[in-house]
Amino acid sequence: MGMRKVAVVGAGMTKFVRRAQETGKELSYEATKMALDYCDLTLNDVDCVVHGTAPDTFDGVHMKGEYLSDGSGGWRKPYTRCYVGGGTGVFTPIHGWYHVASGMFDICLVVCEEKMSSCQPHPQGAFLTIFDHTTERPLGPNLLWIFAMEMNRYMHTYGLKKEDIALVSVKNKRNAANHPCSLLGDADITLEDVLNSEVLAWPVQRLDVSPVTDGAVALVLAAEHVARRISDKPVWIEGVGWNLDTAYWTNRDLCYPRYVENAARMAYDMAGITEPRKQIHIAEPYDPFDYKELHHLEGLQLFDRGKAPEATALGITQRDGDLPVCPSGGLLGVGNPIAAAGLMKVAELFWQLREEAGARQVPGQPKRGVAQAWGDLMQVGTVIVMGV
Amino acid sequence: MSENVAIVGIGYTSFRPLTPELSYKELMYEAAVKAYEDAGLDPRRDVDSFVTVAEDLIEGTSIFDEYVPDQLGGLLKPNVTIPGEAIHGLATAYMQIASGIVDVVALEAHSKASNVLTLPYITAYAMDPVLNRPLGANPAFIAGMEMTRYLHVSGATREQCALVVAKNKRNALYNPAAAYGAAIEAEDVLNAEMIAYPLTQQDISPHADGAIVLVLAAADVAESLTDVPIWIRGIGWCNDSPTLETRAWGRAIYAEEAGKRAYRMAGIRNPTEEVDFAEIDDAYSYKELQHLEALGFCRFGEAGLITAEGVTDVNGILPVNVSGGSLGVGHLLDASGLRAVAEVAMQLRGEAGARQLPDIETGLAFGWRGVPSTSGAAVVLSN
Repeated sequence: MGMRKVAVVGAGMTKFVRRAQETGKELSYEATKMALDYCDLTLNDVDCVVHGTAPDTFDGVHMKGEYLSDGSGGWRKPYTRCYVGGGTGVFTPIHGWYHVASGMFDICLVVCEEKMSSCQPHPQGAFLTIFDHTTERPLGPNLLWIFAMEMNRYMHTYGLKKEDIALVSVKNKRNAANHPCSLLGDADITLEDVLNSEVLAWPVQRLDVSPVTDGAVALVLAAEHVARRISDKPVWIEGVGWNLDTAYWTNRDLCYPRYVENAARMAYDMAGITEPRKQIHIAEPYDPFDYKELHHLEGLQLFDRGKAPEATALGITQRDGDLPVCPSGGLLGVGNPIAAAGLMKVAELFWQLREEAGARQVPGQPKRGVAQAWGDLMQVGTVIVMGV
Repeated sequence: MSENVAIVGIGYTSFRPLTPELSYKELMYEAAVKAYEDAGLDPRRDVDSFVTVAEDLIEGTSIFDEYVPDQLGGLLKPNVTIPGEAIHGLATAYMQIASGIVDVVALEAHSKASNVLTLPYITAYAMDPVLNRPLGANPAFIAGMEMTRYLHVSGATREQCALVVAKNKRNALYNPAAAYGAAIEAEDVLNAEMIAYPLTQQDISPHADGAIVLVLAAADVAESLTDVPIWIRGIGWCNDSPTLETRAWGRAIYAEEAGKRAYRMAGIRNPTEEVDFAEIDDAYSYKELQHLEALGFCRFGEAGLITAEGVTDVNGILPVNVSGGSLGVGHLLDASGLRAVAEVAMQLRGEAGARQLPDIETGLAFGWRGVPSTSGAAVVLSN
């Protein structure tokens, strides 16, 4: 069967904010309208809609995909929601990709929305229910604890210091100062600010973590014959990959994300990438915590195991470095409305590869980028490679 | 686009009102082992991708997809959960294969409804939180309201709806996996306890637990695995409005659109002539009639009449829900559609045992996500 080429031809996003006054439907609508306007399409041109959004418990809405369907343009159209926890934001365009690549549809709207502020007093409460109901939930764990364990393991395995890791937070929050939608951009933040911030669960401090955020992002995907007609510079989806490890995270070595490696290899194989370090010009790995960017860069085969901190210290991952990483500002800077944050990374590649990223533009006419998201119980990797 | 993708493995548990001795993981495992044995595949070696169907609030676990790979043999492989009707999951598996990125997909859906002690309250959380939820409407009340509207605009009667229940529960007597087979008459349905007028307790399908796993494969792989691949010839799905006040009541627009899309892809112009039998959603008795019309098996307003004439009986021209449907087998929440697909595939293989239909080539399965959704999906299968 022939795999059809698929391009991203439009993107839109709302501001990422701490507490949106809009409903989830309205946020979805706003991003969707922007993405359609970008490529001069209307809802009548859209053949199908795919939606990504994370736990229903955030909003206290059961069947949240159904609830958000009309705001996302899914009225009287083929519409499905896909779900891989925190990996959803990068999986949703993959879900859209096979809608088009399979030949079933020509134009697919991809929408991701998250409204975390509805969950009071804090969405960590909703996360209590992601744990195994028999073996883990009685312990009352939260995400900060388990990620603190993972971060500790990563630091211990490679002999890293907090300073090595906090540099990621500084870089991304500074990058985000140039993003018009960002929640926590800060051009003047310093390493000391991060190291002196409140300890939440050692070694995780407040500025090591991305914030609770509301927001939505949308993309328009088109089959090759449509993309070439309606876009002056389509951004092609060259590779997709996704992978899920066991739910029993306590039985794994947390120092290295094998599932991200598997997802990356799947995407690189499809894209014909044999030397990712040379053939990829921009990376948007998932960075809900600063150590995760490093962890994921290694899983994505962009640096050797344990070597991403050194590359960060050398400035290689700065916006004007050899391999710009999170030029958007990432989740640490732009914000982390879970599914929308993943799709924001894909939208960033779209703008960067079209050289429309304004003050965030990576120099040197980048030709290919990779975006990645992560989630579940430190368990899932979703990867997309795009190029012009 | 026909004959791209086929069903090559079918596995399911029996469907039971209560399964206190089994966890959802054990139900999934049983169905998966049966499906892999049926297909002659080793999931760790031969299956490229896994698709599961689940909703967090039903499972009582947020981000439920965390807990699916282990018992399916899907560790460190592509996995995704579709929070939708199981036929949306089938569409996902179909597109993954048709895109060429994978060759073999395992698709899983399950129900552990007996674990859900407060289902009407959970369903209430699916209502628009601002406009609809404050009404405090029980799901059966909303279905009753829709049934009232449907009977009014279509001219169908409560008696005709009751005939659907009697037919499906009688059919279920021949299905060893069904939980609610019974030899009852329409009168028993009409005289049962009134839940939300005009729905009696017998008009509402009771829930069951169970799991279904199907293995799908690209054409060349399918033909090397089995002599009877069951081809997915057409698949379509559609949503109408999610809020109660802005949707079509009476007509099932989502089913009309889903059916049209599936037929167009399958090259079917006249479903009454080209489809031999159907397994279509009957979560409530009137839904079978409403969906029959929406899917083009008769004109609007005629489904009650053809049911009374016996057209949809097991010996009729268009047997509908020979398995017993949700009324007879038990409603499996979002897994209901996959049970319907499994039944159509078993019939097309000629492996349906005591309820086997003679001389069939093409069947249709249709699933609806239930109150308060307007979300449905249809698939046309051929042997």
